[in-house]
Amino acid sequence: MSSLNLSHLDQLESEAIFIFREVAAQFEKPVILFSGGKDSITMVHLARKAFWPAKVPFPLLHIDTGHNFPEALEFRDNLAEKYGVTLDIGLVQDSIDKGTAREEKGLNPSRNSLQSITLLEKLEEGGYDAAFGGGRRDEEKARAKERFFSHRDDFGQWDPKNQRPELWNLYNGKKAVGESFRIFPISNWTEMDVWQYIKKEKIDLPSIYFSHKRSVVNRGGVWIAESPYNTLLEKESYEERVIRYRTLGCMTITGAIESSASTLDDIIEEVAAARQTERGNRADDKRSEAAMEDRKKQGYF
Amino acid sequence: MDMDLLRFTTAGSVDDGKSTLIGRLMYDTKSIFEDQIDAIEESSKNRGDEHVNLALLTDGLKAEREQGITIDVAYRYFATPKRKFIIADTPGHIQYTRNMVTGASTANLAIILIDARKGVIEQTKRHSFIASLLQIKHVIVCINKMDLVDYSEEVFENIKNEYLGFDAKLEIPDIRFIPISALHGDNVVDRSKNMDWYQGPSLLWTLENVQIASDRNFIDSRMPVQWVIRPQSDKYHDFRGFAGTINGGVFRKGEEVVVLPSGFTSKIKSIETMNGQLNEAYAPMSIALTLEDEIDISRGDMIAKPNNQPKSSQDIEIMVCWLNTNALKLGSKYTVKHTTNEAKCIIKDVRYKVNVNTLEKIEGVDGLEVNDIGRIQIKTAKPLFYDPYMKNRNTGSVILIDEFTNETVGAGMII
Repeated sequence: MSSLNLSHLDQLESEAIFIFREVAAQFEKPVILFSGGKDSITMVHLARKAFWPAKVPFPLLHIDTGHNFPEALEFRDNLAEKYGVTLDIGLVQDSIDKGTAREEKGLNPSRNSLQSITLLEKLEEGGYDAAFGGGRRDEEKARAKERFFSHRDDFGQWDPKNQRPELWNLYNGKKAVGESFRIFPISNWTEMDVWQYIKKEKIDLPSIYFSHKRSVVNRGGVWIAESPYNTLLEKESYEERVIRYRTLGCMTITGAIESSASTLDDIIEEVAAARQTERGNRADDKRSEAAMEDRKKQGYF
Repeated sequence: MDMDLLRFTTAGSVDDGKSTLIGRLMYDTKSIFEDQIDAIEESSKNRGDEHVNLALLTDGLKAEREQGITIDVAYRYFATPKRKFIIADTPGHIQYTRNMVTGASTANLAIILIDARKGVIEQTKRHSFIASLLQIKHVIVCINKMDLVDYSEEVFENIKNEYLGFDAKLEIPDIRFIPISALHGDNVVDRSKNMDWYQGPSLLWTLENVQIASDRNFIDSRMPVQWVIRPQSDKYHDFRGFAGTINGGVFRKGEEVVVLPSGFTSKIKSIETMNGQLNEAYAPMSIALTLEDEIDISRGDMIAKPNNQPKSSQDIEIMVCWLNTNALKLGSKYTVKHTTNEAKCIIKDVRYKVNVNTLEKIEGVDGLEVNDIGRIQIKTAKPLFYDPYMKNRNTGSVILIDEFTNETVGAGMII
């Protein structure tokens, strides 16, 4: 019976499709959180597979910090159009203008923590009761404890010490009015799995994942791109480097790696040899040991 | 790129070196990154630990690091060229039986750790019982800290015999014993030079080579309907796809199927995926079936073969592990979730509670406390279509949900 075997990628795909369908059935108004990164692009692909030949029955929601890579925004708009998915955008700037969020002080403010505020506002405004995220358990130690169906109270908060047990493939999405869920269909994927799957399924990605020349500044061992949102410190200067990105976030905090990997095969080889985690270049995670846990408790993904 | 996937759970008691073992497996398969090592070195130093504390790698929550204990199941990943591994790392404390049940529910294999200095203790028995109850087919008993007993064969053999004396009460078809030192790496990835008397393979070799394909049920074809796909487009105007994940057996194009509860039969017209139509689909594939006849089918229905149907009943016997501090009480009502179906249910009887250390049955109880395991009978408001858990983990498992708090309070295996 060994011919009836599924590879690890097939099994992970099947698990994710199951989750998408389960959410469609258990919730009133789900939404896919879309960052423009490879994980959320992979999620859109999986959602399409789950409901094919019907369209994806959820809109995409992008929380736009205003500090995004232009390449990622262009890719986002094209993708939504190509697959006929509604795109809802929440601007962090709107929350700042309204006074519900306050810009960080300092030279190179990150809007990362402000995302949670805009996200919660948009979820409430849209009446969304389940939001898919591309978080993976291998990314970060607090995420290793996440459920597929992650319950949030009516303030959008995560209570990691009191999570619902998740057994077999039985997912409990029951909730009281005002409460909501975060859903992580690719919980069990690793960075390598995502890249291998992207290659297997021939999924398109924004160009910045591949090697290119860019003007960057070295800040604490991390290459930060030149952008209008970044201010040079004394003695710092931009230089041209051949780089690529392993993750996508705000331009102000997402570090590039020096790399000549220009194809998926090159990237897979590079990921296999990597000695640093992919979020290792994310200044937002480096703020404290529990930075991610704290942000998640407040409603972040 | 085509690896296969093994999910395993690790169980052990406090300080038996479980975190060190996981750290070792991940480190030696290059699944821990430099920045993670740097981060835990830094934390270890700040905490005043003497060695780099590999447990910090798995204890992801602030409260866990503060108290130095593992509160919740954590999932870990590593891969070799042969297999991808998913570890459900479950805490060993007494109050956390529910975590092991959770971790074991999706595992193909369990690693049970024994401290060579302590031998078989109560928790060893409890973990083995849970593995057996959850129908884990493969157990590797790792006798750890062999370095602290001079790598003694006698110590290993004594513990092995003690375990074998107890395991007669268990239903685990494949049990193996490996003497290891997680701290020094003996028999973890490579065979140990310190234990010439041990002729068996290393732990990693065993994990890579255990045969799990035949553990799946390829005989009883089951597909719970999860969602009905009805595209609102001209091209697929008449398309009605019954989407679901195959829970057992094989479905082939052209075969006759029966839909429960209606009992209507039809033939499989096509097996659909976005990447194209298939001739056959088997567990655990997620697909959509279209049928030759237009029959009424909705979420919660079960598709099977006319000559091999699941059981159908409203009176169901269950072994349940209680997960919540609100005790199970005779006569109380819950929502039972089974496959894609759910129903109200009432607890009709509490047959007995199991002493998880001795496996003795305690009769005459009228409830179950958190972390208790016992046999109950429920009556459901409508029939469920199920198989005994022994035959099929997916169509034989249920969870009970508290109707007021919405929490998952019970994990049940249908007898």
